[in-house]
Amino acid sequence: MLMTGAKILMECLAEQGVDTVFGFPGGTILNVYDELLNYPSIRHILTSHEQGACHAADGYARATGRVGVCFATSGPGATNLVTGIATAYMDSSPVVCVTCNVDLPLLGKDSFQEVDITGVTMPITKCNYLVRRVEDLADTVREAFAIARSGRPGPVLIDIPHNVTQELGDYDPLRRAEHGMSGRLGQLMKRSSQNFRAPEPDYRDIDALADMIRASKRPLIICGGGVVRSRADWEFEEFANRIDAPVGITVMGAGGFRGLNKLATGLVGMHGSQASNMAVDACDLLIAVGCRFSDRVALKPSSFARNAKVVQIDIDRSEINKNVETAHHIVGDAKRVLQLLNERLEQLDHAEWKEYVFAFKTQTEYDEAEDRLTPVQVLDAIARAVPRDTVYTTDVGQHQMWAIQHLHFEYSGQLITSGGFGTMGFGLGAAIGAQTGNPDKVVVHITGDGSFRMNQCELSTVQRYALPIITVVFNNGALGMVRQWQKVSCDGRYSQTTLDRGPDFVKLAQAYGIEGRRVTHVAELEDALKAALSTGAAMVIDCAIGIDEMVRPMVTGGSDITHFAVD
Amino acid sequence: MNEIKRHTLAVLVDNEAGVLSRVARLFSGKGYNIDSLAVGTTDDPAVSRMTIELLTDEKQARLICSQLRKLICVHSVKRLSAERAIRRELVLIKVSAPTHEARNEIIQIANIFRASIIDVATESLTVALIGEDSKTQAIQNLLTEFGILELVRTGTVALERGRLTIDEQTKEKDEFDYGKNVL
Repeated sequence: MLMTGAKILMECLAEQGVDTVFGFPGGTILNVYDELLNYPSIRHILTSHEQGACHAADGYARATGRVGVCFATSGPGATNLVTGIATAYMDSSPVVCVTCNVDLPLLGKDSFQEVDITGVTMPITKCNYLVRRVEDLADTVREAFAIARSGRPGPVLIDIPHNVTQELGDYDPLRRAEHGMSGRLGQLMKRSSQNFRAPEPDYRDIDALADMIRASKRPLIICGGGVVRSRADWEFEEFANRIDAPVGITVMGAGGFRGLNKLATGLVGMHGSQASNMAVDACDLLIAVGCRFSDRVALKPSSFARNAKVVQIDIDRSEINKNVETAHHIVGDAKRVLQLLNERLEQLDHAEWKEYVFAFKTQTEYDEAEDRLTPVQVLDAIARAVPRDTVYTTDVGQHQMWAIQHLHFEYSGQLITSGGFGTMGFGLGAAIGAQTGNPDKVVVHITGDGSFRMNQCELSTVQRYALPIITVVFNNGALGMVRQWQKVSCDGRYSQTTLDRGPDFVKLAQAYGIEGRRVTHVAELEDALKAALSTGAAMVIDCAIGIDEMVRPMVTGGSDITHFAVD
Repeated sequence: MNEIKRHTLAVLVDNEAGVLSRVARLFSGKGYNIDSLAVGTTDDPAVSRMTIELLTDEKQARLICSQLRKLICVHSVKRLSAERAIRRELVLIKVSAPTHEARNEIIQIANIFRASIIDVATESLTVALIGEDSKTQAIQNLLTEFGILELVRTGTVALERGRLTIDEQTKEKDEFDYGKNVL
């Protein structure tokens, strides 16, 4: 069937079952947007900025487990995606970005709105493509989706020169199940199977680990982002219960293990609980599932879990032994590996060890106040008001850590946060994606005054598509996390971290056609949340909190994990 | 494990635009200097073979191999051990030779090294030599006194001795099992 490149692209998206695309049009992507009009099954969400589109596609992917898709034009449109792509890359989120570029003959001539976006995004994509011939387009799109979603997921970018979207090419429809059976993708899958299929774990390795677990007196499990990506909640919980071992949760692992399970020791690492960090130090066997031991978890690799044999279970073999030396490892999908382990393990009992670990605090006790709002009061009020399956997105900073420490997530995909890249301004875009993918769930976007202003322009997207996102701003009039660092590391010399300036977030919300409320007491906050939930409309709730609130405890980077700089 | 030494990697990649920069980026992103890099197509025109040499420790070498394997454009990666690999490099050296004596002497040296003279002009000779770096370094040292006008190396290419090829997965398995059973 002969059709234009733009139509081939849309057909290929339909093949993949794409129902939502986030994006922003422009000159070179004109033909694609023209063709979009013929595809009512694909909903396009027009954002205010391409970065918001990319975060939305990312949020959609994390919340639904499906591939998120975004469109942007050439040049600045494409480079505006970069932060979003890097965010998705660091947190292994499957996103396919489609950008268009100038006509092939104009490529490399510094043409208007030209940029070598495949060159720019090489370090932050699993793979990227410049499609030079319309005949290659369909195969490339199929390949891009397969790569984005398989193995360790991640972003893929397809750059299509404008003339390719216009030229006629032959398109043969192919069902998704058949994509890997022929063409380039078929060859590729045969050749580098590890990139497409999680390797079936070596059973001898599984047996060896089961023996290690039986021999261990003080086992600790770490729930990492791999559990969430693999949606292995059930298998993980079964595993933890079988071993009867405490479970520390990383930022990316939040949701993978029910925060209220009595084996959960809370967050582990820099802002980890006493119980988690003391357990890391005292355990004799540390089993990390889908965790790459980032510098925020293994703060000092040489002393991390110094009394333990470290075992790493990861889908990506290049993560094995990268940050922390392991005694044993299993390469495979978390779900599959845990299934195999559960089949082999009998019920174990570690009452004594648990008694030791749970004598330490699993959660920070923050001061309560009558006369003002504290971060924990805000979080408690939210948790009381919203349904249990509410999806939370966060920005980056103190509010993020408070939320992850204090809210108890119950399932994979419930928390959407930029853990690896730490992208301020991620949350609102991500909330748009999460809400679009989960129209029936409540989505709460927790942010700070510093992060929120970075991409607050997406409030217009929230308003236009009537997305009932509740934005809760932890407004302390400062870049709180940096301020906290300045207090701990710079003797309280606060350099450029005081946000003594506008905007008035209530008026800002109103300007976007969204209700805004400023709250200074729990009762006001409860009223606001109740109103937002009952009307089913978006709301921005500006919570006044103290400038000197700290995230506790805190272990600075490079220190022993039990060396708390702030208790 | 932390001893810095030379590692030779053989990498099969797609013969496509951008592949070289994808591979090179992995090294530059980690702050490694590639000692030598040689690329050319194989018997299959769709596939190129790279030989990469770098100075680093064992752990980093393993890490870079596993990261190379993640690239979609990479078909296979194998580390070639010093004992089991044959390594060769072509060096072209243009030497100043304004007199008969100089020319004769250079030709003699070239003969001893089984190098060939591939260009003769009134004031210079160009010597071509194939060998391992100890050999190429030796001739370079000897020719320095005549005045080396220009020197170019192709970069080392390497194959394994015997029947083993890059497609045998045995070594990759060894390498990957590193760290296991330290129990």
